[in-house]
Amino acid sequence: MAQNPPNNGRLVIKLVAVVLGMFGFGFALVPLYDVFCDVTGINGKTNPFAATYEVQDIDTSRTITVEFITRTNTGMPWEFAARTRQVQVHPGELKTVEFTVHNPTAKNIVGQAIPSVSPGTAALYLNKTECFCFNQQPLLAGESAVMPMQFYVDPQLPADIEIFTLSYTFYDVTETSSTVAMNRG
Amino acid sequence: MSTAAEHLHHDEHHDHKPSGIKRWLYTTNHKDIGTLYLWFAFIMFLIGGAMAMVIRAELFQPGLQLVDPNFFNQMTTVHGLIMVFGAVMPAFTGLANWMVPLMIGAPDMALPRMNNWSFWILPFAFLILLSSLFLEGGGPNFGWTFYAPLSTTYSNDSTALFVFSVHIMGISSIMGAINVIVTIFNMRAPGMTWMKMPLFVWTWLITAFLLIAVMPVLAGAVTMVLTDKFFGTSFFDAAGGGDPVLFQHIFWFFGHPEVYIMILPAFGIISQIVPTFSRKPLFGYASMVYATASIALLSFIVWAHHMFTTGMPVAAELFFMFATMLISVPTGVKVFNWVATMWRGAITFEIPMLFSLAFIVLFTIGGFSGLMLAITPVDFQYHDTYFVVAHFHYVLVTGAVFSIMAAVYYWLPKWCGKMYDLGLAKWHFWCSLISVNVLFFPMHFVGLAGMPRRIPDYALQFADFNKWISIGGFAFGLSQLIFLALLIKACRKQGEAATDRVWEGAEGLEWEIPSPAPYHTFETPPVVK
Repeated sequence: MAQNPPNNGRLVIKLVAVVLGMFGFGFALVPLYDVFCDVTGINGKTNPFAATYEVQDIDTSRTITVEFITRTNTGMPWEFAARTRQVQVHPGELKTVEFTVHNPTAKNIVGQAIPSVSPGTAALYLNKTECFCFNQQPLLAGESAVMPMQFYVDPQLPADIEIFTLSYTFYDVTETSSTVAMNRG
Repeated sequence: MSTAAEHLHHDEHHDHKPSGIKRWLYTTNHKDIGTLYLWFAFIMFLIGGAMAMVIRAELFQPGLQLVDPNFFNQMTTVHGLIMVFGAVMPAFTGLANWMVPLMIGAPDMALPRMNNWSFWILPFAFLILLSSLFLEGGGPNFGWTFYAPLSTTYSNDSTALFVFSVHIMGISSIMGAINVIVTIFNMRAPGMTWMKMPLFVWTWLITAFLLIAVMPVLAGAVTMVLTDKFFGTSFFDAAGGGDPVLFQHIFWFFGHPEVYIMILPAFGIISQIVPTFSRKPLFGYASMVYATASIALLSFIVWAHHMFTTGMPVAAELFFMFATMLISVPTGVKVFNWVATMWRGAITFEIPMLFSLAFIVLFTIGGFSGLMLAITPVDFQYHDTYFVVAHFHYVLVTGAVFSIMAAVYYWLPKWCGKMYDLGLAKWHFWCSLISVNVLFFPMHFVGLAGMPRRIPDYALQFADFNKWISIGGFAFGLSQLIFLALLIKACRKQGEAATDRVWEGAEGLEWEIPSPAPYHTFETPPVVK
């Protein structure tokens, strides 16, 4: 490389730094995407941790309709349904709904429920104090279970939202789940 | 000064080169490497084209008759990958290798040994990709965009080969891009100031920056697919806390600049050819440079227009819609500048000019259908239909590929020292022009009527149009064999000798050297006034 002008090396180093930086940027997009969605609430992800309910004024002037959709991912054999399809709540009011789940197969399966809210902004105001989606759920072969979910809607919910939908999808995570969950079952 | 220059190039100074295969394996000569890239791209163009023939044969009639759907999906996937990464991009890199040093008066590329490496890893990348088709379960079948979870949860184990081949392609084009940038920054002849550089050099410089900015992001995306599939990570797996929509954001953050990587050098080529055959300087040189840079910058903020149907908020859809439409402004500047260059010029219609004129008209059609796709509410109708297929084939086949053919016809006499066979060239142009429109134009209609892309079967009402599309496809495929015959003739040095300037109205340093271009050129830098 002796025949190159001496500044080639410096330029190459700078360009390689750009390449490495952009490779890192590709991975940085993963947390950036989550932060962006958390802040703006645009992809309907609910908080994965339990909220604590403090007794507060219930805004009886507003009634919000919350609808529930249940589905299972392709390849997940569980039967999964909501006992109540929809409930009416006042903002600030604590409400409990129940879901039924049944493992019709002859093998033990661990499931993980993933919530999604539409319209997405409503997710920021949905506070769950108790949810089966916080943990992986093991079901023995042929076992059934009733899974409760307790929530309240933040009174700050924007006025234009009168109705929102909460969808749960159960995924089969038996292969990747921790053995602790299976042993407990 | 001249003795110093001679001394610097002492070890490359002998005129005879190693013979046989060793010449090509060990070469660090920019002309040899350019030739390798161009032939490689042409072979890939024929292989990817053969896959398109399989696709069109299956779609000739409704129903499933020739191949099974899984193989059909592999054909659409690998056709896309080969044409994008194996044909169009290496062809442009080959043209850059051949022409950039000649156009700026440099003796070679700045990093000749890296140049050798960046070419020679490419055949291995495509060997890996193509070999996956013959494995049990077949090759990649999830579309060239490899959306998760298709490429993670639902793909077979050959996905690993796909990932590694994309890694190698990425490394190759990043090294090629670094080489172009360093060459243009450091090796311009005295007097070759930035705003005197030919537009092909300018557009390639900007393309090279796009390449080093987004190819690493693609490498990251395929790496995440690899670890999601084989190592239990959950970047795109909702069950593990990831998000499949995130994949589309990362992919299209790469993918949209990528489409400009495949068209900006084409703009450069057309900007070289149109002035030559109009016998007028390029109209609006500076605005061409700024328009190219604007397109490149805007390309980073429009990616989500590929994702209007993913359930984005309205505000985001509006932003990406308007940002996308904004790109038509600098693109329009270019088209109008080419038209203004031709205005009252003494135009002659040599083959490179014919391809350039076809490019300007047909690329603009592709640009207009792109504008239609940019309109969010109607995109919900067009999304994933043959209208999209028609759009990107107009900009990539009658756009990028036609510009490459124009460039080959334009510079072939300089490379080989012989004029191309005019009869074959005319047949090639007219057959290609007619068949390509029979092939792609009706796709607009079936797309608007709702025919989905990437499906091996279709509803009966699309049968007539698809028959014509397939006939156009076969004709376009066969037309390229005329091109092959012409290229073989030229490489065998058959035909009448070309003059040094080749074209009456040609301007630029590459026309100052003899035809064929000697193995070593500009060892003493030319002085640019």
